[in-house]
Amino acid sequence: MAKITYHTHDNKTHKIDVQKGLTVMEGAIQNDIPGIDADCGGGMACATCHVYVKEEWLDKLPAKEDGEEDMLDMAFEPKNNSRLSCQLIVSDELDGLEVNIPSKQG
Amino acid sequence: MNKTDVLIIGAGPTGLFCAHQLGIIGLSCEIVDNLDKAGGQCIELYPDKPIYDIPAVPECTGEELTNNLLKQIKPFNIKFHLNERVEELKKNQNRWHVKTSGGVEFDVAAIVIAGGVGSFEPRKFSVKECEKFEGGSLFYSIKDKSIFKDKTISIFGGGDSALDWAIELSNVSTVNLIHRRDGFSGVESSVQKVKELNDQGKLNLFTKYQMDSLSGDKQIESVKIKHDEGEIKEIKSDYVLGFFGLIMQLGPILDWGLNINKKTVEVNTKNFETNVSGIFAIGDICSYPGKLKLILSGFHEGALAARGCFKYAKPDEKLRFEFTTTSKAAQERLGIKK
Repeated sequence: MAKITYHTHDNKTHKIDVQKGLTVMEGAIQNDIPGIDADCGGGMACATCHVYVKEEWLDKLPAKEDGEEDMLDMAFEPKNNSRLSCQLIVSDELDGLEVNIPSKQG
Repeated sequence: MNKTDVLIIGAGPTGLFCAHQLGIIGLSCEIVDNLDKAGGQCIELYPDKPIYDIPAVPECTGEELTNNLLKQIKPFNIKFHLNERVEELKKNQNRWHVKTSGGVEFDVAAIVIAGGVGSFEPRKFSVKECEKFEGGSLFYSIKDKSIFKDKTISIFGGGDSALDWAIELSNVSTVNLIHRRDGFSGVESSVQKVKELNDQGKLNLFTKYQMDSLSGDKQIESVKIKHDEGEIKEIKSDYVLGFFGLIMQLGPILDWGLNINKKTVEVNTKNFETNVSGIFAIGDICSYPGKLKLILSGFHEGALAARGCFKYAKPDEKLRFEFTTTSKAAQERLGIKK
């Protein structure tokens, strides 16, 4: 388990123990955290699991694949700290990660 | 009024295969889709990406899969209604009366919703005042390009649509192309062309900028764009175009009295019927314990839903289980001559 903190747009904070190997997106879906739609189911084919990663975590995350950056062009209000949460696989290294969920996904 | 046994909503792989299954058991159907072509997510999201988990097909692209499914249902001469979104359903005694966005009407015995994650709609700008100008001087798709002649157009986006239109309109208009990063997702040749046009002064490229605000009374007059580092530029614009791809919205399906759970429709696993008799849901849009969002699951669901439709379409007949290898009736329906 690794602790992932999801800050939702309604200013609520959800600290969740997510099983290693799941994605940050799946951690949110399984725990009914609002704001992540994940329409394509984790296939990097939509941009509805878009999150903003807390700045200090940006460099600690695995680099984006090309497809992820392309999809982020389609995200709602993308920023420099935008990631697709379906591409972030939970591991010991991600223990303590904090993400903000945008006000909407589309 | 189009009278047919079953209306399929959604021309993705699941909807197409369900049409095949209906045809095999002797039911007629017509298909409605919001997009301008069949294929659904396979065509819209990943036409060129290989799929490796279609049974007995080691590798095929979304486009190949779609073309093969269309070939497979060819014998049934199924009528497609593209660019149409189903808006209204009304129960009319034992049948359903259905109406689309374009006013096409259907009289059907059963409905199969194979709508993926909903209908594809253009992704819009997040800036609030955009709504006010939408359809007048701000567009997410182009129907009549002649209105842009000799005007100043600001195009936002970095994919093929944004690049293609920037290149094309640069011949007759002053074009600003604004994109949030230096990289583009469009094809490399278009990216090169855009950079060339920018170097020649035939197009103004702004990268690492996003829309900040719009101003104008009835029509857009200028658009403010903001750089990653905070700098704001104001550029004169007669028109603004946004190409951010498509997003899927459930839309009117929400109003049909179906049990909806997290953007999906709950079904039973016996025949994939919803809580409303005569309305079935298959593919990505349906949910049940253990649901897998795989194309192959959609095929299975479509086969069972088709049989579930039978009692509504032919209440006085009994459906017999048959194999296509040996069933004369099925082979006749497929137009196979021996």
